[in-house]
Amino acid sequence: MATAFSAAKFTAQPFPLNPASTTSHDSSIVFAKPTSLFLGSTRKLRLTSYSKFNLSRRSGTVDAVSDVVKQKKSKSSPSLLITKEEGLELYEDLVLGRAFEDMCAQMYYRGKMFGFVHLYNGQEAVSTGFIKLLKQQDSVVSTYRDHVHALSKGVPARAVMSELFGKTTGCCRGQGGSMHMFSREHNVLGGFAFIGEGIPVATGAAFTSKYKREVLKEADCDHVTLAFFGDGTCNNGQFFECLNMAALWKLPIVFVVENNLWAIGMSHLRATSDPHIYKKGPAFGMPGIHVDGMDVLKVREVAKEAIGRARRGEGPTLVECETYRFRGHSLADPDELRDPAEKAHYAARDPITALKKYLIENSLASEAELKTIEKKIDEVVEDAVEFADESPVPARSQLLENVFADPKGFGIGPDGRYRCEDPKFTEGTAHV
Amino acid sequence: MLGIARQKMLEQSSKKIRPAVSMLRNYSSAAKEMTVRTALNSALDEEMSADSKVFLMGEEVGEYQGAYKITKGLLDKYGPERVLDTPITEAGFTGIAVGAAYYGLKPVVEFMTFNFSMQAIDHIINSAAKSNYMSAGQISVPIVFRGPNGAAAGVGAQHSQCYAAWYATCPGLKVLTPYNSEDARGLLKAAIRDPDPVVFLENELLYGESFPISDEVLDSSFCLPIGKAKIERKGKHVTIAAYSKMVGYSLKAAEILEKDGIDAEVINLRSIRPLDRSTINDSVRKTNRLVTVEEAFPQHGVGAEICACVVEESFAYLDAPVERIAGADVPMPYAANLERMAVPQVEDIVRAAKRACYRSVP
Repeated sequence: MATAFSAAKFTAQPFPLNPASTTSHDSSIVFAKPTSLFLGSTRKLRLTSYSKFNLSRRSGTVDAVSDVVKQKKSKSSPSLLITKEEGLELYEDLVLGRAFEDMCAQMYYRGKMFGFVHLYNGQEAVSTGFIKLLKQQDSVVSTYRDHVHALSKGVPARAVMSELFGKTTGCCRGQGGSMHMFSREHNVLGGFAFIGEGIPVATGAAFTSKYKREVLKEADCDHVTLAFFGDGTCNNGQFFECLNMAALWKLPIVFVVENNLWAIGMSHLRATSDPHIYKKGPAFGMPGIHVDGMDVLKVREVAKEAIGRARRGEGPTLVECETYRFRGHSLADPDELRDPAEKAHYAARDPITALKKYLIENSLASEAELKTIEKKIDEVVEDAVEFADESPVPARSQLLENVFADPKGFGIGPDGRYRCEDPKFTEGTAHV
Repeated sequence: MLGIARQKMLEQSSKKIRPAVSMLRNYSSAAKEMTVRTALNSALDEEMSADSKVFLMGEEVGEYQGAYKITKGLLDKYGPERVLDTPITEAGFTGIAVGAAYYGLKPVVEFMTFNFSMQAIDHIINSAAKSNYMSAGQISVPIVFRGPNGAAAGVGAQHSQCYAAWYATCPGLKVLTPYNSEDARGLLKAAIRDPDPVVFLENELLYGESFPISDEVLDSSFCLPIGKAKIERKGKHVTIAAYSKMVGYSLKAAEILEKDGIDAEVINLRSIRPLDRSTINDSVRKTNRLVTVEEAFPQHGVGAEICACVVEESFAYLDAPVERIAGADVPMPYAANLERMAVPQVEDIVRAAKRACYRSVP
């Protein structure tokens, strides 16, 4: 019922959003139902149905979206998906994401970075595909795997690297850390450690955009918000609550699910009753799209449509990007539970190699140009590390700063004056 | 005769606790040592084998062997029906566990950190803590909520809060904070056997630390009483009351103070709710000075409660104002040097103890 509703609504569009052709999915998916239904082990799933599920869903172009894209590509007329400039921009962003994350791993093992660091290797296509279509005023909300989202949105690599090193020149002055990247200037609203926490915040940012347009009468305010989160989050209550409200109030938001099949060591198939996340969109009255998240061009096509919908005021969209993280959940994760065959399967579909191939085959760029970009990015990342290394650690007085926007929030001290005016208050250890 | 009976019991229990014993053989030193991690694992193991109503629920407790490896090996031993990997749905699975406890099962719910328990706090407080009261004793909730609490190393503001004071305000809950392996084993066993909801606050940085333990601790019926504090170090000049990791810091501070002629008595609170008021007061009546240490935010914290109870009951015995040491009144910063400043260090405890003894100006 819900699927019919949304399919009908968008027949005018040449772009079939909700693959009503879910029958092909259903028949090809056979889940191993072990004796205790919902308690199946990863091992069982891996050996039997998982491989079927895996190959039939991913290697084939099952969803309508990729069919359309494929047709466009096969035409011999020069109707390519991207221009040369766009192609190079996308390539540069992908390589920046990858090089930066690899450098983070190196720095972590050298002890320059600490705590929790969650790397984005393998998922770059989603970040690049979506965020490169945004304007400065559009917002991005992410989870703890947020380095590359911040970089794609425009936060300088230096600022992100300094933040990771805990230096005062970081984008949050060293107070946030790996999981809490904020930037007012680039409208990166975080960086949240709790999964699902960013979704209501993103929905609120979208609400502000609508409010500005309707109540504050800024007629041209068409800012869009993107909320990035993973497959594990889609079982969390906050996700459903926000899908409901976003659709109810027609908020300009795109919910982007980076389905990398694993939540630390919990396989998506073991944790979810219906693993097709895109189906949860129509249940709330918004289109749900599934796209191959390892292909930046496909993601970009879907993103164009979804962001366009939001900008026109037609409401939210749920986009499920099937992607994969090449590294473990975090740098502390031994990553023992994932099947090496699965990892190899996705390593073969590396988004960077895929785009490189596309650019070269379609004569949009030469090897030399791409090499130049790679070199340039290497230099950017090295420079970021040097900058972060040389930056000072936060001063002792910074400990008590930024707790409140109102500096008088710390109240009145024993001498009757505002505490914040007392220079001794922010020096030294707070004697609490 | 008693000796034979005891030996038989030990033999039986040693069969159950063979994993713990075999792991101990690796620590081949004269004094037996055990890490907190092993202590918790062995306690869970023994309680699960003793009572088939006990089951574990949490994120990554099964196949991943526990996010901090506390539940290692338990899935293989007890199967997926008793060690349940949940989706990331704190509110949901906590509610499910509470419901199971209503019907007589004994769930042990693991929160990956207690920060995540905020997503489930409605069920901890409203469904678990208050049920026995609201139903006039008809429904008791024998559930344990456990997980790491407090600051770790460089994990940022959303992963570092200490929730002892939050849970300790609520009547109907018991809140335990073990320090060493003996505490971990004894209190976890007591918590699982307890018919009421227990919030069991561990500490991530203590998991890998090794502590010496006696044979009595290895026994499978070893249990510590809930609501009794332990005097870790006897002294006569100043009382230092602490819980969890801060007990270790306090003991180090006591060693430093000893060189200055101050003999500190260190109390390991073990149980925040119910708070062992009598031990604290007896100690203060002996030493006349009190320093409380905690890692949590200062306002309305455990230290404030201890200070209030001492002032109420032993005011005449206090020779100096109560010194309260807590974490800095800011969300935990990420930068390493700021984080070190935001958490009490041994020097802070030493300084406060000296202030309490009027040996130094702040």
